[in-house]
Amino acid sequence: MWTIIHKMGSPPWFFRFSGTLVRWLLPITIALLLVGAVWGLLVAPPDFRQGNSYRIIYIHVPAAVVALAGYYVMALAGAVSLIWRIKMADITMRAAAPVGAVLTAIALVTGAIWGKPTWGAWWVWDARITSMLILFFLYLGVVALFEAYENKTAAARACAVLSLVGTVNIPIIYKSVDWWYSLHQPASLKLTGESAIDSSMLYPLLLMILAFYCLFALTVLLNMRAELVWAHRESSWLKQLAGGA
Amino acid sequence: MYFESLSAMWHMDGHGIYVWLAYALTAIPLALTVWLPIKRIRQHWRWLEAEQRRVAPAASRTVNEAGV
Repeated sequence: MWTIIHKMGSPPWFFRFSGTLVRWLLPITIALLLVGAVWGLLVAPPDFRQGNSYRIIYIHVPAAVVALAGYYVMALAGAVSLIWRIKMADITMRAAAPVGAVLTAIALVTGAIWGKPTWGAWWVWDARITSMLILFFLYLGVVALFEAYENKTAAARACAVLSLVGTVNIPIIYKSVDWWYSLHQPASLKLTGESAIDSSMLYPLLLMILAFYCLFALTVLLNMRAELVWAHRESSWLKQLAGGA
Repeated sequence: MYFESLSAMWHMDGHGIYVWLAYALTAIPLALTVWLPIKRIRQHWRWLEAEQRRVAPAASRTVNEAGV
């Protein structure tokens, strides 16, 4: 376990390892997304109350679930970089931020589109939706804060602190539908007990959630590789790789 | 397959515009988040390879010159 963590901190090892991982993850992610989308759009039955508009669930819920989980990844990486000053953790944190922002934006936009035929409004200042909007600004804040500093060590530290403070928002998002009176429906998926969703709709949803997790891992790895190639352009290990040696 | 025809699939009993719009507005940014870092890696990699080619012949030349 510790040797793996130790290796993760080594850019040359990580670069080779992530290269292999990306080559597998890219086709797997595309296949999962295509199968899940076709299943959700064309094969699954319509909802008896919402009709076909509910098919947005197959992108809305996975995007929101992974946007929330992604925040933990970012904040955890931020904590590691803050405590142990590990450069790779800092790179992980910054690679996760734009992906999280895109996923949160997708959850908000698809939610608005779903809201129109279901609630009759594109947007309501509801607890769940507002706390998701704050999540979006937190992700953007990490991206913007890093760019705002001239000194990149200080920038990384400030980003880590911001992402850690922002974790307060995550349980609020989870619990918002229970704590406040909300238009947003409560969770249909439960880790414990029976899910409030039929298996013909549940399986494509679980598949899409898996697909979005793969997509998150893939894009974070790609962002990290892009960062590493540029940051280590003067390092001998990368020159050797590029030189074909 | 739930829908009986292509037009039924497109229309989705009046909800088609919402559903297809939501999927399009998901697919485009997701494709970009995958493609943009790949493009960046390729650009940097080509630059690195060009650097190596520029440096490597120069290194062998000094060896030859020293040999002569």
